[in-house]
Amino acid sequence: MNSKRLLPIIIFIFLSLSVRAQIDTSLLKTPQKPDTGKRKFSMDAIYDRPFLKVGKFPVAIGGYMEANYQYVGTSGITTGNQFQFRRFSLFTASSITNRIKFLSEIEYENDPTGDPDAIKKGGEFEIEYAALDIEFHPLLNLRGGMVVNPIGSFNENHDGPKWEFTDRPVAMSQMLPATWNNPGFGLYGKEYRGHWMFGYEFYVTGGFNDSIIDNSQGKTFLPAAKTSASRFIKSASGEPLYTAKISLGNDDIGELGLSYMGGVYNTWELEGAKIDNKRRVNVFDVDFNTTLPWSHTNIVTEWAYIALDIPPNYPQSYSNRQFGGFIDIVQPIIKGQILGWNKATLNLALRGEYVDWNVGNFQATGTRMYNDLWSIMPAVSFRPTPQTVLRLNYRIQKQRDITGSTIGATIGPTRGVSFGISTYF
Amino acid sequence: MIDPNFGVCGPVNNLTNSQTILFTKGNDQFFSIRTSETGLGPYFVSNSCGGCHSSDNRGHPFTILTRFGQSDSTGNKFLNQGGPQLGTFNLPGYTPEQIPAGATSTRLIAPLTAGVGFLEAVPDTEILNIAKRNQNNPDGVRGHPNYNTIPSFVTPFAGSVPRADGKYICRFGRKGAAYNLLQQTAAAYNHDMGITSTYMPINPYNYLDQTPPPASTPEINNDDFNSVVFYVTCLQTPNQRNAGDATVQKGNQLFIQIGCESCHKQTMTTGDSPIAALSNQTFSPFTDLLVHDMGPALDDGYTEGNAKTSEWRTSPLWGLGLARNVQGGNIYLMHDGRAHSIEEAIQLHGGEAAVSSARFSKLSATDRNAIIKFLNSL
Repeated sequence: MNSKRLLPIIIFIFLSLSVRAQIDTSLLKTPQKPDTGKRKFSMDAIYDRPFLKVGKFPVAIGGYMEANYQYVGTSGITTGNQFQFRRFSLFTASSITNRIKFLSEIEYENDPTGDPDAIKKGGEFEIEYAALDIEFHPLLNLRGGMVVNPIGSFNENHDGPKWEFTDRPVAMSQMLPATWNNPGFGLYGKEYRGHWMFGYEFYVTGGFNDSIIDNSQGKTFLPAAKTSASRFIKSASGEPLYTAKISLGNDDIGELGLSYMGGVYNTWELEGAKIDNKRRVNVFDVDFNTTLPWSHTNIVTEWAYIALDIPPNYPQSYSNRQFGGFIDIVQPIIKGQILGWNKATLNLALRGEYVDWNVGNFQATGTRMYNDLWSIMPAVSFRPTPQTVLRLNYRIQKQRDITGSTIGATIGPTRGVSFGISTYF
Repeated sequence: MIDPNFGVCGPVNNLTNSQTILFTKGNDQFFSIRTSETGLGPYFVSNSCGGCHSSDNRGHPFTILTRFGQSDSTGNKFLNQGGPQLGTFNLPGYTPEQIPAGATSTRLIAPLTAGVGFLEAVPDTEILNIAKRNQNNPDGVRGHPNYNTIPSFVTPFAGSVPRADGKYICRFGRKGAAYNLLQQTAAAYNHDMGITSTYMPINPYNYLDQTPPPASTPEINNDDFNSVVFYVTCLQTPNQRNAGDATVQKGNQLFIQIGCESCHKQTMTTGDSPIAALSNQTFSPFTDLLVHDMGPALDDGYTEGNAKTSEWRTSPLWGLGLARNVQGGNIYLMHDGRAHSIEEAIQLHGGEAAVSSARFSKLSATDRNAIIKFLNSL
């Protein structure tokens, strides 16, 4: 369909929505959850969002946005008051039939992966997700298109309004890439037995490239692969990236996820001629979340370990092992009617995180490589509704470079406050 | 800017606003990490200036470099075989570089970069005067400037005192063989990162196996390059800490008494500089910018300029106490990091420094500790 025909349709859809919204907003508050499951895993997050559905119109839309203010200083250097518009995401879902559904997400993202070059480039629009799901059986669904690899829970469950912190966990966004999406196909399914739930996902997708060990971060940096414009068309290695996850849940205990992602990442062949060995990257991830029934304390944690085959004669700053993760503890302290909102919540929260980008010792000295970071972030969040969050965070962070130096504009002790809003719409 | 009391970062005082802007740009470039797409390699030692000079400090053994191919003042005989520097690392797919058979070599840890602009601004006449005063040193300390041929892209400073054979007094690098910071920076980009510049347009890796190797398009533009030279030139000198401490002061006196100060000069004075903040400044580098015979234990069989293989330029001691900050809590001293403590480094001093080193060993433990404390305050 050419753009001249498409434009009036888009305008019609949006005008229809806005007109109805002005008449009766309750008409739009029909959550569209094409997923058939009663209880939710992290794997359901892609559909477990509030959608707006207009009457019998077969397409539901939704989205979210994140914006924040922050004042952060590192080693005594601050960039002053910063106002950031990090993300705007628009998703559409449609049930083609009861067992065939389609969801897409287009995102404007201005949250750099930590790569200074990404900051200079500014925000980018991208199709983060666009996949067709065909259900053959609850335990056998086919998903294909632009998919989000099920490595860990955060990668699948990363929408800003779901979190009490303005920043994404460092390990899950700067050690693992988030959002890590690729063209590909997958199978998934889930089963419920009493209080127990079981789910699995197995995807075959495009993957990483040489930039993960040749990037302007100067360290093994899986998110660097995201900057490749060609990765949605051409796999650098010509080999599939396999991602698998199993999830086990219990209504009283919580949800445990174990995931693996691995494949050849490098360009080892040029026009049929071998130029290097095939080199693999393997990622192992464990995630867990639960809500303590007696206190309603929500705990979310995820830890990942990365192992790579690094070429010989290559700087150790590009590490062959990385490790990191985070734990979030969220304690609701007031729940109910607050300032006229009926389902409001006031939370206290705390995030602890740790990342070691260079696990191991220097070959030259036998002593430890550093390049690590730990952070504690207390927070207060207020949710006037479950879909909207206002959050106030204070970050206390320490970071060392590979030599152990803590002196620099980007390393050393960091302190900072941030205030942000994020909402589904 | 970072408080220099915490490290060795930051610019000299009294830069103009426009100079501060240029310094900041150079700072970005200095720590900017090169990739294969932005010119790195194929042979390299590090992917950024900051990779070897973390926090503008000295290097760590994991980025140690190897030079080879020159054993006397007649020059490097292995320039057509990859000399003078070994590509420690290589991009995937490229064959690792080897030291050619018959070439002698040495391994060098990157020195501290802070304060080097002050060293550059020391007039030749002051260096010559120091050498002259050593003629009758009773401990046998002599030392001489390293005279070397300067490349065509280097313009001698006003007031330079060349030798009759056209060679100039050089002062940078472990052998003191580089004339100025522009030459040192161009060589660092070229040899350490495999990045060509207008000044050194030939990549150390001879892609086309041509003799001479063809020049390539500069992989760093002149503006960025010049900002790095300016940045390095304007780095503040390391601050001494605890200068008023009684033990530190005692250590300072002992340092002078046992003769260390004959080479590690406490004060020098700059001459006129195009950068006003560097002009006519008295500073404390603890070097004489001369090369000295350090004895057979430190003779690796490799040299540069007219220094002998056993001769090394006196290393500035400023920032010595900050070494642990960038060396993982340990210290790796001397040109190749072989000394793991200041005491060990002192004891490795031979040749012209043998008398002072022996005197140190004969001091009481209390006095030795005072000297160590003094050195750690630098």
